[in-house]
Parts: sequence; C-alpha cells; structure tokens
Amino acid sequence: MTDLALPVRLRRSKPRTGRVGAAAAWAVLVGAGLACLLAPVLWPLDESAVDLARTRLAPSWAHPAGTDDLGRDVAHRSLYGLRVSLLVGAVAALVATVIGGLVGAVAGTLGGWVDRVLMRVVDTMAALPHLLLGIFIVAMLRPSLGAVILSIGLTHWLSTARIVRSELLSLRTRPFIDAAISGGASRTRVITRHLLPHVLPRLALATTLMVPHAVWHETALSFLGLGLPPHLASIGNMINDGQRSLLTGAWWASIVPGLLLVVVTLALAALTGRWRDRLDPRVRAELNL
Amino acid sequence: MTSTALAAHEVAVSYGGRRVLDGVDLRVAPGETVGLRGPSGSGKSTLARVLALLHAPEAGHVTLDGHRVAGARHRLPAAVRTRVAILFQSPRAATDPRLGLADIIAEPLRATGTPEERARARAAELADLVGLTPDLLTRRPHAVSDGQLQRACLARALVHRPDYLLCDEATAMLDASTQAHLAAVVTDYQRQHAAGVLLITHDPALMARWATRVVDLPPPPQS
Repeated sequence: MTDLALPVRLRRSKPRTGRVGAAAAWAVLVGAGLACLLAPVLWPLDESAVDLARTRLAPSWAHPAGTDDLGRDVAHRSLYGLRVSLLVGAVAALVATVIGGLVGAVAGTLGGWVDRVLMRVVDTMAALPHLLLGIFIVAMLRPSLGAVILSIGLTHWLSTARIVRSELLSLRTRPFIDAAISGGASRTRVITRHLLPHVLPRLALATTLMVPHAVWHETALSFLGLGLPPHLASIGNMINDGQRSLLTGAWWASIVPGLLLVVVTLALAALTGRWRDRLDPRVRAELNL
Repeated sequence: MTSTALAAHEVAVSYGGRRVLDGVDLRVAPGETVGLRGPSGSGKSTLARVLALLHAPEAGHVTLDGHRVAGARHRLPAAVRTRVAILFQSPRAATDPRLGLADIIAEPLRATGTPEERARARAAELADLVGLTPDLLTRRPHAVSDGQLQRACLARALVHRPDYLLCDEATAMLDASTQAHLAAVVTDYQRQHAAGVLLITHDPALMARWATRVVDLPPPPQS
C-alpha cells in the first residue's frame, strides 16, 4: 500500500515544465489575457476599415507586425483574432465538457444497457475523423461564432464522457461507497459527498486540456473558410488571407497571427500539463490504494 | 419466525454465472459472536455483504428480527441499513481519501440528519473510545497508519449504535496490540448493547478466544 507513494513522489519532483518555463507561461497568458480584455478600450478596431495606400508594409514602429494586403495592421488584428479564438476555445471546451460529463455520468451511474448503448455511440463517433464531422456540422449551419462553438463542442465530448464513466464505475464498487450506504447515506448524499468531489477535478482538468485543442480547431475551420465570417478578425481567417501575401514576400501577414496562437496555446498547454502532473498521480494514488 | 436475530435463509449469490453461495443459512443472535470460517472463495465476504444489506441475494432472503428484508442498499430505508454495520478488511479502501478522520467518523450521522454539534460531539466521543488522539482527527487517510484508520472505521461503524456488527477480516492487517484493543472495544460494545457480532477471520487464536459459536462454509462449488 505505502510503496505506491514512492513513484508518485518521484514523478512529482520532475514535472515536464520547469519553474522558469511555468513563470514564462504564466507571463504569456496573463499578458495575452490582459491585452485581450483591454483591447476594445485601449485599441478599438474597425473591422471594415481598409487602407489601400498602406498595403503589405513591412514591420516598423508604426506597424510592429506590418500590414496585410488590405492595409490593415496585422498586430492589431492578431490581438482581436486571439480574443475570438480564446473565447471560442473556452466556450467550446465548456460545451464539450458539459455534454461529455452528462453522458459519462448517466452511463457510469445507470450502467447496464444504457451504458452499453451510450458507449457504442461514443465508439462510433470516435471512429469518424472529428474534423470532418465538425465541418459537416458547420456546413449545415450559417457561418457564425455559435456554429463554430457547436461544431467543436459536439465533436469533442467523447474523451470526457469516457473519463467520467470509467471514474464513476471504479468508484461505485469501492468499499467506502458501501460503507457510506451502510451508514445511511442517501443516493444524493453519495453522489454529492463522495462521487462528485472525486470526478470534478478530473473534469476541470479535461476542460482546460481541451481549450488549446478547441482553439486550433476553430483556427482550422476558419482557415478552411468554414468558420467565422471572413471580415471578422480571427486567427484562422488571418492565416488564410495572409497566404496570398506570402508569395509577394509579405510573410508577416500569416506568420505573426500563427506564431501568436502557437505561443499562447503552448503556454496554456504547459500550465495544464503541470497541473495534470501534480493532480493526476495524487488522484491515481488515492483511487487505486 | 419472529426471533430477534440477523439471519440468512437459503441465500444464493452468483457472480458472472459462477455460484458463490448456494443455499446458505446463518443466524446471528443479539449478544453472541458467530465465527465464520471457510476456504478462500467460499463466499465469506459475500455472505457478510448480504447480511450487511449491501447485496441482494438471487435466491433466499435475509431476516432482521423476524422481518423479511426486501432488496438491499438504497432500496431499504436508512433506518434499516444503519442497524447492521460492517467493518472491511482494508480500511484504506473503506474510507473516502478526501475526508479527514473526524469527518469520516461523523459522516453517517450527518448523512442521516443529525445536527452538526451533536454529530461532532459523538464523533469525538467515539474517537476517544477507539483510542484516536484529537491531533489525528484532522488528518486524512493517507497521513495515518492502517491501524489508526481501522480504528476510525470501527468508530464510524458504531456511531449509529448498530444491533449487529459484521467484521470481515477486520483485524487481518493490524499489529497485535491494535488488534487486541479493537477486539476489546467491540466486546465492550457488545456487552453494553447486546449486539450480535459476525466474526470472519483466518486467525484460529482470535476465533477461539472470541467466537461463541463457529460456522464453517463449504468450499466453493466446482463449476
């Protein structure tokens, strides 16, 4: 029993992201978060503004990331693109978590044929390429923020459902649940006092791990022209538009928004990875003792 | 039959098509300690779970003081479930790793609507009875030893003053002094409340010292 604690401590002592990396990731995230929040106040953007006299200008003091082929400031629009991407990513991850959490909870608590049917649905959906499925969903709706969120949410709940289900199934058979029932705890009491507190941290972790993934998904959809309306500044739209400028040497129009997205999602992934390293072995050690 | 006892009548249980118990009878009367022996796989723990009202048998039934018990777990009212308490072999598996020892002991009281102050006072009283010092009560299961945790489990088992206590190899993982202390606590409780005790153990000395009557389960039926 106690020897299980050893590998846990060994793993905890060397997380994948070091302390310096974590500080850098926090700095990136806090900076990006503040910039996104304050952007409409400090640097309002006119989405329809076009300045054809200043197209494809190289990075300079006036335009730190240059301008695109319609003369719009790339740095300015990248910031707005990031706002949209992060919003879509966070909301879509939440939608996916709610759907997955509900399906997993129903399958894990009811069991029997309900569980078998739900899990076959999950297996079937997992067998389809989820980008394709997402494209199919947005294609049926009009391009909008809601359609993109729905498309990502509806295709990304599978792993969450599996996590919640397996967690509940393993918890259900443990003697401490028997002891609680024997002690007079009602069904609701068992769920709120013993089951939810064990599942929620895993659920929160699954949500945050999904945010970078959802952001990339939104970008992919927009890049394919199926995401947000083309005049809206979104990272995917900008990379897509910037392609045309690449051949004329204006690399900044697509590279800068792309790099911004990479840096921010990497920072997010690094921090959630650290959280998982810290949380997971503890949870595992507690659950498997 | 209206005798006061916790009894299994012709109980049969199978797991995945394999019959574990096949028409077993067992009776635990108030005040007596029934020892239950049997080779591994003979269904001792399963029988304990059936008697603890945690598992409904496929055939046969359980009677509690002459009343036939229908179903198990949440199909029974809390007031019936709490009359039979069970102590498991592994205190680690039997305690929620997220709760502190004081909460583990008081949880059954809170779950059945006891006011917070009374629940806390009763938990403290029982912790003292099983020999847990107050500083241990704030700790969580991973920060205490198996023996300390099993003491907490015994305290929890006694909070509702059960009429029957089932010990499923409850002392197998403990050192001799803890074992002796817990046995003394159970015997005292049994004497004061005329509680019936079912003792499952592989330890012949413990069985000889404690059990007033020993029942042998037949080896598992060959499939």
